[in-house]
Amino acid sequence: MNQQLTDSAPASTGSATEAPAPAPDGKAGGEASTRRPLALLIGGIALVVVLAILPLLAIEIPGVLPGPTYTPGTLQLLAYAMLIAALALSYRMMFGLAGLLSFGHALFFAAGAYGLGMALEYFAPVEWPSELIFLASIVVTLVFGIVLAATVGSLALRVTGISFAMVTLAFAQAGSVLIRRNPGGATGGDEGLSLDIANVPDALVGVLNTRNLYWLALGILVFVYLVVLWVERSRAGHVAEATRENELRVRVLGIRPYRVKFLIFIVASTLAAIAGMGYLLLQSGAAPRIATADFTLTILVIVVLGGVGYRWGAIVGGIVYTLLDQRLTALAGSDFIAGLPAVLRVPLSEPLFILGTLFILVVLFLPGGIAGIPQRIRTGRKQHPVESEEAADA
Amino acid sequence: MSAPILVVEGLHGRIAGQQVVEDVSFEVPASGVTALLGRNGVGKTSTIKSILGLIDRTGDVRLGGERIDRLPTHRIVQRGVGYVPEDREVFGSLSVAENLRLAERDDRPRRELIERLFPDIHARRAQRAGTLSGGQQQMVSLARALVNENRLLLVDEPTKGLAPRIVDEVAAALAEAAKTVPILLVEQNLHVIRKLAERVVVLSGGRVVFSGSAADLLDDEARIQRYLGVATDESAHDAVPAASIDITEELR
Amino acid sequence: MSTVLLLVITGLGLGALYFLVASGLSLIYGLMGVLNFAHGAFLTIAAFLGWEVGRRVSDGTWWGLLLSALVGMIVGAIVAAATEYFLIRRLYERHIEQALVTVGLSLASVALFEGIWGTDPIYTAKPDWLTQTTEILGAKIPNDRFLLIACAALVLGGIVLFLRRTRYGLIIRAGVENRSMVTALGIDVRRSFTLVFAIGGAAAGLGGVLASVYYGYVSAHLGSVLLIFAFIVTVIGGLGSLTGAAIASVLVAVLQQFANFYLGGTGDLVVVIALAAVLLVRPRGLMGKVA
Repeated sequence: MNQQLTDSAPASTGSATEAPAPAPDGKAGGEASTRRPLALLIGGIALVVVLAILPLLAIEIPGVLPGPTYTPGTLQLLAYAMLIAALALSYRMMFGLAGLLSFGHALFFAAGAYGLGMALEYFAPVEWPSELIFLASIVVTLVFGIVLAATVGSLALRVTGISFAMVTLAFAQAGSVLIRRNPGGATGGDEGLSLDIANVPDALVGVLNTRNLYWLALGILVFVYLVVLWVERSRAGHVAEATRENELRVRVLGIRPYRVKFLIFIVASTLAAIAGMGYLLLQSGAAPRIATADFTLTILVIVVLGGVGYRWGAIVGGIVYTLLDQRLTALAGSDFIAGLPAVLRVPLSEPLFILGTLFILVVLFLPGGIAGIPQRIRTGRKQHPVESEEAADA
Repeated sequence: MSAPILVVEGLHGRIAGQQVVEDVSFEVPASGVTALLGRNGVGKTSTIKSILGLIDRTGDVRLGGERIDRLPTHRIVQRGVGYVPEDREVFGSLSVAENLRLAERDDRPRRELIERLFPDIHARRAQRAGTLSGGQQQMVSLARALVNENRLLLVDEPTKGLAPRIVDEVAAALAEAAKTVPILLVEQNLHVIRKLAERVVVLSGGRVVFSGSAADLLDDEARIQRYLGVATDESAHDAVPAASIDITEELR
Repeated sequence: MSTVLLLVITGLGLGALYFLVASGLSLIYGLMGVLNFAHGAFLTIAAFLGWEVGRRVSDGTWWGLLLSALVGMIVGAIVAAATEYFLIRRLYERHIEQALVTVGLSLASVALFEGIWGTDPIYTAKPDWLTQTTEILGAKIPNDRFLLIACAALVLGGIVLFLRRTRYGLIIRAGVENRSMVTALGIDVRRSFTLVFAIGGAAAGLGGVLASVYYGYVSAHLGSVLLIFAFIVTVIGGLGSLTGAAIASVLVAVLQQFANFYLGGTGDLVVVIALAAVLLVRPRGLMGKVA
C-alpha cells in the first residue's frame, strides 16, 4: 500500500483543472514558472506565520470578526473556521480529486469527535498518568476512524456513481441514528456529548486557553493541507485524477483504480476524524448535528462554494462559510433586520436561506467557485472543473 | 446529377473530450446508397453521430443546403433524417407497436409500407421489443426510420451479428427504401456493399482517405486490403476511443 | 396475529407516503439523471400551503382536507415545474451541478419555511373518522392508514395509466430507457422533463398533505425526513422504475415497522442495512434498468 504513495518525482502542476497556485496568496501568478514553487512556499509559510501570531495581535475587522483577534470569542470562531476548512479540504480530496461524491463524510468527522470523547470517558477510571490516557484515547480514536473508513470504503466502493453516494449516505444515516439513540448513554443522544476534561491537558481547557486551541486548529489545518498535498502529488493522486477523467483508460493501462480510490477514501476519512477530534476539544463537546446528512451537505456546499478545482478553494470556502454563517446569524438578530417589513425580514433573518441562495447562484454563474474567480478574470473563459468530461448531449 | 443531399466539411467530433472524428469531409448524393467504410474503431459510427449532433461536434454540415451543425438532434431529424443506429437501440421495455408509434412524425405514417416490408414484426406488434431476436429488432429499428417520409437515411451497421438469411432480408429492405430516399450506410459486409452501394467513402484514422465510385474500390483487391484489411497495430490504438463510447453510454 | 396485521397495515400506510415521494424521485432520476434533493421541499411547501388554505375554509372536515389535498398537489406541481424550468434546465446534462442546485434549494427553502412558520411543529385538525380506528380481525387499525393507502394506490394507478396511454407517457418511458435515441427519433425530450417534474411535484404535494394527516402536524422538516427514506426506497427499487419504487416503498416501510416493534426500535437502522445489502448484492436495485 505504501508503495503507491511514493512521491513520483518532479511534481507537475497537474491537469488543467488544477489551480496553478496552491497557496492562498495567489500573488505568484505573474512570476516566472521556475520561481513559482519557491514563491509559493514562502508565501504559504508567511501566511501560516501570520495566522500563528494572530492571537498576539489586536486586529479588528468590524463586521467580519466579532472582536479583536486576541479575544477568546474571535479565536474560537477562527479556530472553528479552520477546522471546518480542514474537513472541507479532506472532502475535496475525495470529491474533487478522486471524483467520489460521498454523502457520508460527516460520519468520519463525528467518529473523530465522538470517538475521542467516548475514549476519554472510557479510560477515565484507569490508573494511568493523564497524558498517557489522552494520548491513548487519540490513538484509539484514530484506529477506530481508520477501521470504520476501511469498512465503509470497502463496501461503498463496490458500487459507483449515485449508488456510491447512496451507500455512504446510508452508513452516515445509520451512524446518525445510532448517535441520537444514545446506546448505553455513551453518546448523550440529542443532548450531545460533553468533553470529560479529567485527562485533557490543562493547556487545552478553559476560555483562557482558547488561543492554544486556536493553535491546535491551525496545526490540524496545516497538517491536513500537507497530507492532501502529498497525496495529490503522489502516484496515487495522479491515478485518482486520471480515473476521475476516464476510468476505462486507466483500466486499459493495467492499473486497478479500486485500490487508489480505497486509499484516498481512507486517508480523507482519517483526516476528517482528526478534524473531528480538534472539534471536540475546541467545543468541549460534540453535538449530534455533526453526524447528519445535512452536515455533509454543508461540507459539500463549502467545497463547491470555494471551488472544487482548487485545493485552497476548500480552505477559503470553509472560512468564508463559517464567518458568513456566524455573521449572518448576528445580523439576523440585529435591530436593523427587526425593523424591516416581513417580506424582507423573514428571509434575511435565516442565515441558511441566504447561504443556500448564494450557493445556487455560485453553481449557476460561478462554476469555479470563489477560488476560480482570479482564474476567470485572467483567462476570461468559463470552466467547469468537475464535469468538464461530460459530453454535451444537445 | 442534382445537388448532393448532405455535404460534410471539416467535421470534428469529440466524446468525453477526446477527438474521435477528425476533419472529415464528404458528400452524399441525392439518390442511391453511399457506403461509409473503414476498419473497426475508425470513427464511422462517431461520424454518423456527429452529423446527428448526438456527440459534440464542430464543422460545416449541410442538409439540402441548410446548415444543421448547430441544431439539436431532434430538429435535425425533424428536417427529414431517419436514423438506424448501430446495435439497433430499440426500446426493449416498449412493445413493437409502441416503438413504431414513437417514431411516427408524419401526419400520414407509412404503416402499409412497414407491413409489406416486415410482415414478421407486424405480426408481433404487441410483443415487447426486448424479447425479439436480433434480426427482428433490426427490422423494428429499420421500420422506425422508414415509417416517415425522409430526405436522408443514416443507417449504421444494419447487418452486424445477423444470420445470413436475415442479412439478405435487411439488404432487400434497404434496396427497396433506396428507390425513394438516399442512404448513407455504414457496413462491414462487402457482399451487402456490392449489392447496394453506388459510391463509397473510406475513413482511416478519423479522416477520409478515399471517396469515389463503389466499383473502383471493390474491384481493387489491394485497396480493399489496405483500407479495410485485417487488424494491424492501428486498430489497437483505436480501441480507446471506441471504448470511451461505452463509458458515455454508461454515464446516462 | 392482530399485532402483525396492525404492523402490516401501518407499514402499508407509511409505505404509501414513501411511494408518493419516491415515485417522482424515481421518474426524475430515470428520465433526466437528476438526483433531486429539493423534492422534500416540494412536499413541505405543499403541506404548509394546503394546511393554510384548508384551515381557512373549513378546518377538520372532509371538504377542508380535500381542498388541502388539491392545493397541495397544485402547489407541488407548480413549484416543481418552476424548479425544473428556472434552475435545472440551465444546467442541462451537468448532473452533479444539477444535484448541487437542488441541495442549495433544499437548504434555503427549509430555512425559509422555518422563518415563516417557525421551528416547532404545527398541529393540524382532521376529520373525526380519521382519528378513529377500525377493527379488522381483532386489530384496531387507525383509519388514516386506509386513506393513505387508497391515495397512493390512486396515484400509482393514475401515473401508470398516464405512462401507458398517452404520447407523453410513451416518450417518458422510452426516455427512461434511452434518452438520446428518443431525440434521434425527432422528439424534443426536454419538453417532457418539465412535465415529469410537475407530476413528481404533484405526487409529493399530495404526500405532504397526507403526511400532515399521518403525523398530525406540519413542520419545516417534514420533507427532509421523508426524503431520506424516499431516496433509500428509490435506490432499493431501482432508479427509474415506478413499479420498483412501489414495491420497495412497501417493503421498506413494513420492514421498518416490524423492526421497530420486535427489535427494539431499530427500524431506521434495519432499513439502512437493507439498503447496503441490496446495493451490494444487486447494485441496480430490485427493478432497475441495466446500467
